Amino acid sequence: MPDLAPILSKQDVTQRIERIAQAIQERFPGKDLALVGIYRRGVPLAERLYTLLKPHFPDLNIGRVDISLYRDDLKALEIIPKLIGSELSFDLDGKHVILCDEVLHTGRTARAALDELLEYGRPQKVELAVLVDREGRELPIAADYVGERVTIKPEERIAVRFVEVDGEDAVYVQQGGARR
Amino acid sequence: MTPRKDLLDIQSLTDEELEFILSNAVPFKNLFKRSVKKVPTLKGRTVLTLFYEPSTRTRSSFEIAASRLSADVTNFSVSTSSVVKGESVLDTVATLEAMRTDYVVVRHSMSGIPNLIAKHTNASVINAGDGFHAHPTQGLLDVFTLREVFGGDVRGARVAFIGDIQHSRVARSTNLLCRRMGMQTAMLAPGSLIPRELPQEIAVFQDWKELYAWKPDVIYLLRVQTERQNVPFFPSIGEYHRLFGLTDERLKWARDNGIWVMHPGPVNRGVELTDSVMEYERSLIDQQVENGIAVRMSVLYWLKPGSSTEDKP
Repeated sequence: MPDLAPILSKQDVTQRIERIAQAIQERFPGKDLALVGIYRRGVPLAERLYTLLKPHFPDLNIGRVDISLYRDDLKALEIIPKLIGSELSFDLDGKHVILCDEVLHTGRTARAALDELLEYGRPQKVELAVLVDREGRELPIAADYVGERVTIKPEERIAVRFVEVDGEDAVYVQQGGARR
Repeated sequence: MTPRKDLLDIQSLTDEELEFILSNAVPFKNLFKRSVKKVPTLKGRTVLTLFYEPSTRTRSSFEIAASRLSADVTNFSVSTSSVVKGESVLDTVATLEAMRTDYVVVRHSMSGIPNLIAKHTNASVINAGDGFHAHPTQGLLDVFTLREVFGGDVRGARVAFIGDIQHSRVARSTNLLCRRMGMQTAMLAPGSLIPRELPQEIAVFQDWKELYAWKPDVIYLLRVQTERQNVPFFPSIGEYHRLFGLTDERLKWARDNGIWVMHPGPVNRGVELTDSVMEYERSLIDQQVENGIAVRMSVLYWLKPGSSTEDKP
């Protein structure tokens, strides 16, 4: 991790997630709601939103998609990802699904997640929540809930770190580095 | 995990690669519970099955695995191809090369043919059984099945192979993997069907009483391969069944002791096993078939497709 100070601190991360939860709650009073985290760091985001929203949505569902099998660049990768597998143990039909990911960049991950999600059922509506939205879209995809919008150089990269995965909550800007 | 070009045998797999294939097979198997069982992973890729020996289930298993990954599957059937007109293996490979096939699944009665093909093609080659040598995906699906049965930890499990050990690449590949994963193995076979070069630590029995005393957890019945025996190794099918088959009486012993039964298929009823084994609650035969698809998907997921675009003009 670079010595640079994070662009979002632990408190910022918590507050941005609370803000997303608030927006979801305002938009969906009592709807049949489901949160689906995109593995890997979309999963802790979905879990935290779940904790915040569960008191307001008693029937709230949570799931996970592992998009490895839906990537458009899989066989060009030097390293083949280990599969975790998707877990959608509830009926998707008629649900309002909110896909959760840590960063929205090219939109390709969201595209893959959408494709996979739709093979499990027919949700009434699918939305996208991200902690950080940055420029560089390669597909016509937009987020419905955004924690923080940032403008960085194309060669720079956003690194979101969550306690559950990385041991700390913070968001950094990194120079170069491989795109995920 | 770094992808590899070919899967030719079990020995060349590292422990990490082995674990990668086996653990990825779990999410692949979970896909079968979805209404849409297909994923787009190999869309636009071509898998060709090249079988110089008859096989229905291994070939179908690979075909289903490839289709569930959205690959296009072509069947290069030997009896209908120019192979019967005298085309050599390498001429066939040159043809496949020109077709820009990504994966070739090969079965041949001669050991080493898949290795030869792998050297002469850019395509990824998967050995689906060569002579008495190897059948790596069978070994993988068998240990995957054993891991399911024993809840992940197979160390110390006791597996006995029964039947034609000598002519069985299944016994070879599966036994090798079982031992590598910490299981104990034994063989029960007519003296004429036991290979001479077996390692010392593998127990060899010539009758069921000795096997009972060894207290196996799993008995693995091998198929009697009449097509691979130029000279008969035992007097008659009836005698084989009486001496080495899983008869009704031995099935009772298995049931009383909670012993699992495996078989690579296709079964010869009344030879390796009695009809009632098919209804035995601890028969893993159907589970092996289902797991075969998941494991083969996992192998295709890992291997690097051959006809990569960079070598195109």
